[in-house]
Amino acid sequence: MDLASHITLAALGQQLLVGLSRTTILFIVSSGLSLILGVLRIPNVSHGSLYMIGAFVTYSVATLIGGQTGFWVALAAAPVVVGLFSLAVERGIFCHLYEREHLMLLLFTFSLMLVLGDLVKLIWGSDYRSLSAPPMLQGSFSLAGMPFPRYNLFLLMIGPLVALGLWALTNKTKIGKIARAAAVDREMVAAMGINVSWVFAFVFCLGCLMAGLGGALVAPTQNITQGMDHTIIMEAFLIVIIGGLGNMWGALLGAAIFGITDSIGILVWPQFAIVFPYVAVTIVLIFRPKGLLKSTW
Amino acid sequence: MQQQKLLSSRSLIVVAVLLAALALLPTMASRYYIYLVALMMVTGLLATSLNMVLGFGGMYQFNHAVFYGAGAYAAALLTVRGGFNPWWGYLLGPVMAAALSLLMGIICVRLSKLYFGMLQISLGSLVWAVVFRWYSFTGGDDGMHGVPSPRLIGSIDGAYYFVLIVTVVCLALMYLIVNSPFGRVFQSIRDNPERAEAIGVNVHLHQLIGLVIAGFFGGVAGTLFVTVEGSVFPDMLFWTLSLEIIIMCLLGGWFTFLGPMLGAGIVVSLRAVVGIYTDYWTMVLGIILMLLIFFLPEGVLGFFTARLGCGRAAGEGD
Repeated sequence: MDLASHITLAALGQQLLVGLSRTTILFIVSSGLSLILGVLRIPNVSHGSLYMIGAFVTYSVATLIGGQTGFWVALAAAPVVVGLFSLAVERGIFCHLYEREHLMLLLFTFSLMLVLGDLVKLIWGSDYRSLSAPPMLQGSFSLAGMPFPRYNLFLLMIGPLVALGLWALTNKTKIGKIARAAAVDREMVAAMGINVSWVFAFVFCLGCLMAGLGGALVAPTQNITQGMDHTIIMEAFLIVIIGGLGNMWGALLGAAIFGITDSIGILVWPQFAIVFPYVAVTIVLIFRPKGLLKSTW
Repeated sequence: MQQQKLLSSRSLIVVAVLLAALALLPTMASRYYIYLVALMMVTGLLATSLNMVLGFGGMYQFNHAVFYGAGAYAAALLTVRGGFNPWWGYLLGPVMAAALSLLMGIICVRLSKLYFGMLQISLGSLVWAVVFRWYSFTGGDDGMHGVPSPRLIGSIDGAYYFVLIVTVVCLALMYLIVNSPFGRVFQSIRDNPERAEAIGVNVHLHQLIGLVIAGFFGGVAGTLFVTVEGSVFPDMLFWTLSLEIIIMCLLGGWFTFLGPMLGAGIVVSLRAVVGIYTDYWTMVLGIILMLLIFFLPEGVLGFFTARLGCGRAAGEGD
């Protein structure tokens, strides 16, 4: 196979940007997962299902309202719907399970994933859906002679905003500081007279909201189908692990590694592009088994 | 540790009756049920092989389906692409699965619990991705169909008896391993790795051997699947199946030897029965599992052995 001849600098730059916009989606989803892992210690396998639900809700709301406004309303509605749903799940089920060991929680959330997957099939049917980006984000512009989709540029702008917002929330606000303290020492926080149970509910809801947002943002870029939960959750877990459990910047770093190796893989060897990120993850884990950055565990 | 007989006379009778029923099944049941029971035994063997490391070794093996798929693919590829006699495929499939397990084990074994599991998943996904995309060799996402089996076991009855014999032999071997000195040491590592290390046990070596054994029997289950189904597909290696097998172990009870077998039987028959009435059988399975984890975390068999005290579990932890 002739591998290197079609790789020009411009093409490499273009794929790098595509990889970075993929990084945005991966970061948003995995930062939510990381938050839940870091504070609640729940390996939430159903996180990918919430991402899928976010994408389907975006599709439904956007097509129901239609046009430019439809998409923006959907973009706001999907995370809220997912967040409220997850709040109900947390208050109804998870708050009774915090003391269980990790493997049990993992299997429990896996069962929830099975249920939610069928629930989506029940509501939206098993056909795939596709949603086009709002008119102002359609088409592409030229970047050093290579076309680059406008929507990807939009994603590239959203990513840093979300990272900044999340950082401010966890580091600058009172509830964020309480949540980080609860991650380190639950009993101590409770002893200060703070209702830790509701702090956990807030964090869980916030984390799941990120999954919903990720699903909403990804909706115009790919087919919305059954099974998108299986792919994303595995990617998100690996990203969180290579970044360092519970570390938000780790999630960003991990997402970048995953997104960029994937997009470079498409350029270098399209048939085996999906293998590249797993190779990268494996190499990282062999040398830094506890992740690149400091874990909160 | 107290001395006990390998099998109590009571459980020996139960096993004998069960075996007789299984041996007579093809004379009584229809084709579909023969197929279903064969599938239960294959899945049960797979779950039991996982439980060797999960229940008896306390290791979070999150990618066990990979060895199932590796055994199946190795057997199918040797037969279809390599032109070997299918018997060679059945023989070499498990060996290749064990070799893969050894390779992954060497990389993962120094990690513990969740980190071990995640590196396993990562390596497993790597294998899955290669199989999924290598169209010219593995058939990609279509898999391979119509893999020939030897004439002796070409009929459904023949395949059934082959599966029955191999499953019983493998279960017996695994039972002997669990109750061997190696198995005892292995379980003591699960209960307290530090103490085992302190009395001079090479913990990682034992764990590595355990992984290879589990991978080997997982590979056997994979080759049996090829006998029954005549096809292989990449979903056999996917991580969702790996977790499903863990669920089977949990469902049956992972501190008992036959628990995973029971769990696999429950899942396979549930899929068959509920699948008749609704397309949404995974939802039913999910709800049952959620209820189970909520109320019966020690598993079905574990629950009943604890409540009724009928027989001591083979590899009881404290």
